[in-house]
Amino acid sequence: MITRVNHFSIFVLDQDSAYDFYVNKLGFKVHTDASMGPGKRWLTVTPPEQPDLELTLMAIDEGMMFKKDAAEKMKELVKAGTFGFAVFQCNDLMATYEELKAKGVIFKKEPTKEFYGFEALFIDDSGNWFSLGEKKANE
Amino acid sequence: MPAQDLPKIYLYRRIILAKIFIDEHYAGPIDLNDIAGEAYFSKFHFIRLFKKAYGKTPHQYLTIVRIENAKLLLQKNIPVAEVCYSVGFDAISSFTHLFKRINKVTPSVYQQHQRLRKAEINSQPLKFIPNCFAAQNGWA
Repeated sequence: MITRVNHFSIFVLDQDSAYDFYVNKLGFKVHTDASMGPGKRWLTVTPPEQPDLELTLMAIDEGMMFKKDAAEKMKELVKAGTFGFAVFQCNDLMATYEELKAKGVIFKKEPTKEFYGFEALFIDDSGNWFSLGEKKANE
Repeated sequence: MPAQDLPKIYLYRRIILAKIFIDEHYAGPIDLNDIAGEAYFSKFHFIRLFKKAYGKTPHQYLTIVRIENAKLLLQKNIPVAEVCYSVGFDAISSFTHLFKRINKVTPSVYQQHQRLRKAEINSQPLKFIPNCFAAQNGWA
């Protein structure tokens, strides 16, 4: 029986820029930042109140994971906003929306009441999009 | 106009400004009464709205910001006493007490753990990477 998630990956165009976005704008914490040789880096961050869930900020580099052609295509797809990797949660969507907007985070959708809940959509510095929802009273 | 009569968005902006004020000035002597005053709220109203937005009272939030920043400085091997005063605490005893209550270890033990962890990340990074990812990247 699978019980928990402890890692998931977000493909990013530039790890330095992603570090700045996730840490300085979203307020995530750096979990592990390890150099894996020239130009290679293992970088994970965690949401402030979920220290055991590591988001791996994966560089899209030519190598074992991506052949040159695949890396280029993947970068184009990420830039184009193809991927939505996660749903984030906050206590108060309006307050979080206003704060992130003030920090320069780009929203594709302003906070909107949907039949399934109150939701906004933002994109990271690479182009990945995320849903941002509000913690429900009974959660 | 009384704060409660303002459109909701203005209230949010004031609360957010208060939060950003704490984020930027945690190292100094912050008086939360002043922040409430600057936000044009009664103290009670301010605390209630802040807690609704961030899940913590302004005082709890300030403490967490100070402790989190202390952790970052401790990770850089800065002496505990210096860290204590750098993040806005007046006394090492209250800093140590709060730090331990939140993190279950004293600042000096935390610093020691972080030093060892950092050394281990440098010498054996693969211990911190799930093998499937390491293999996929050609690191394993």
